[in-house]
Amino acid sequence: MKPDTLAQRIIPVLTILIAIVAIWYVAAYFMNAPFQRDLDRRAGVTSTTMEFIGKTMAQPKPILPAPHQVVSNVFENTFLRSVTSNRSLVYHAWVTLSSTVLGFTMGTLTGILIAVGIVHLKALDRSLMPWIIASQTVPILAVAPMVIVVLGAINITGLIPKALISTYLSFFPVAVGMVKGLRSPEIIQLDLMRTYYASGAQTFWKLRVPASIPFLFTSMKVAIAASLVGAIVGELPTGAVAGIGSKLLAAAYYSQTIDIWAALIAGSVLAALLVTIVGIVAKIVDRSMGGRPA
Amino acid sequence: MNNAPSSVVSASKLGLTFETGDGPVHALSNVDLTVNKGDFVSFIGPSGCGKTTFLRVIADLEKATSGEITVNGMTPEEARKSRSYGYVFQAPALYPWRTIEKNIALPLEIMGYSSVDRKARIERTLDLVNLSGFGKKYPWQLSGGMQQRASIARALAFDADLLLMDEPFGALDEIVRDHLNEQLLKLWARTEKTICFVTHSIPEAVYLSTKIVVMSPRPGRVTDVIESTLPRERPLEIRETPEFLEIAHRVREGLRAGHSYEE
Repeated sequence: MKPDTLAQRIIPVLTILIAIVAIWYVAAYFMNAPFQRDLDRRAGVTSTTMEFIGKTMAQPKPILPAPHQVVSNVFENTFLRSVTSNRSLVYHAWVTLSSTVLGFTMGTLTGILIAVGIVHLKALDRSLMPWIIASQTVPILAVAPMVIVVLGAINITGLIPKALISTYLSFFPVAVGMVKGLRSPEIIQLDLMRTYYASGAQTFWKLRVPASIPFLFTSMKVAIAASLVGAIVGELPTGAVAGIGSKLLAAAYYSQTIDIWAALIAGSVLAALLVTIVGIVAKIVDRSMGGRPA
Repeated sequence: MNNAPSSVVSASKLGLTFETGDGPVHALSNVDLTVNKGDFVSFIGPSGCGKTTFLRVIADLEKATSGEITVNGMTPEEARKSRSYGYVFQAPALYPWRTIEKNIALPLEIMGYSSVDRKARIERTLDLVNLSGFGKKYPWQLSGGMQQRASIARALAFDADLLLMDEPFGALDEIVRDHLNEQLLKLWARTEKTICFVTHSIPEAVYLSTKIVVMSPRPGRVTDVIESTLPRERPLEIRETPEFLEIAHRVREGLRAGHSYEE
């Protein structure tokens, strides 16, 4: 198969992006027009249609900010502020990123440990799996504040409680994926180990672990995105100290809609970056394990 | 190979019954058989006759439910634990994340051979199956026939003088198969291993074997054991000689006698 050229890959994405931006502008006009009309009437101002449209796109606290307002806000708060400033998106993204990565690391390790236990001990398979599934049916929005409050009561604050919420969300896909991965060797491959009289540890390290690696990376992609959600949710009830979540909360409190959208964009960019990094690592590992180039 | 042959596999009144939801299935019943050192024994029969099951009992991948069997004078379990056989499966079962030489190294790593020894053995066995130069390739870079040869190399790498082969060439086309059969005979002559070979191809069984065990299904049992009169040195053309056709005819008769066409 011929690899796609860069243009072939970018054009479809760009098309969708342009369509979204166009719809966004139209929606921004209609959402903000009633308030602007109200404003104009009270001030006794009459303006041409073009002027009016311009004004709906330039409100300080619009119902739906126009794309360029969000973009300029993101640009300003990313590149024009010192990264230590409380208004810098880089600063908030960094705070969220650190708890995401810590939570993701703990979640992945927990997930792997649970999977190893489940695959090797029948008792764990029966007893643990239903609880693991039940744990994910509890809404995280309800659990997060309680984790923060309970840990706060025993003087654990800051990074750890937020990271624990990320852990809670990210261990699940890893555990489920790794159970599947560790059980993925075919009977014939296991029989082969038996004919060699291989020990349990040898079968585990030389067969089960390598066979599970593709499953691990697939679930890690899901887990890292879930970790980010966990970190943001964890920041909401922390009293708005720092992080994308607290930025969202503060902006919502003061109806700074442009700031809300800017924080959302920052979160999405962060998520895309993290998933891409995991994807790249997966590709490198796959190559080193003799993966057939796609 | 000077004095009386000693038995490598010896089964008497061997039976194996699988308990299934639809009642017991007699996979093997009353099998008496001796495989001598240096023999090339083929097991032939229709599917369900227990030929693969018998091989798996020798390998201790299944347990017999009645009768006696010894492998190298031990129980199959002891024989497996002392790593006295190499097993070649229907599929190559190479680990895709290992190169060919790493795949051959797998049993050697498990059995604790030194890395110098491993290297020498990999080179030697790759040469035995004519795959020298392919050691650094990954399995997907090789054809099906080459993959199966690599899996044979893997079974030959450690010191087991019994080779158990379960329809190793069943999935390959006729031309590749002929070629591999010829190579297998050469390999057998060079290594002096004892080989148990499961097949459902009559020409393959006759061409390769010193002894052909004809089996029939329901219950799986031995209906005929044919000692081949063909010389050990066998060019492919031997398959057109009257002697060859005579043995093939006897195998076909044996298969027909044991197989009822009622169903």
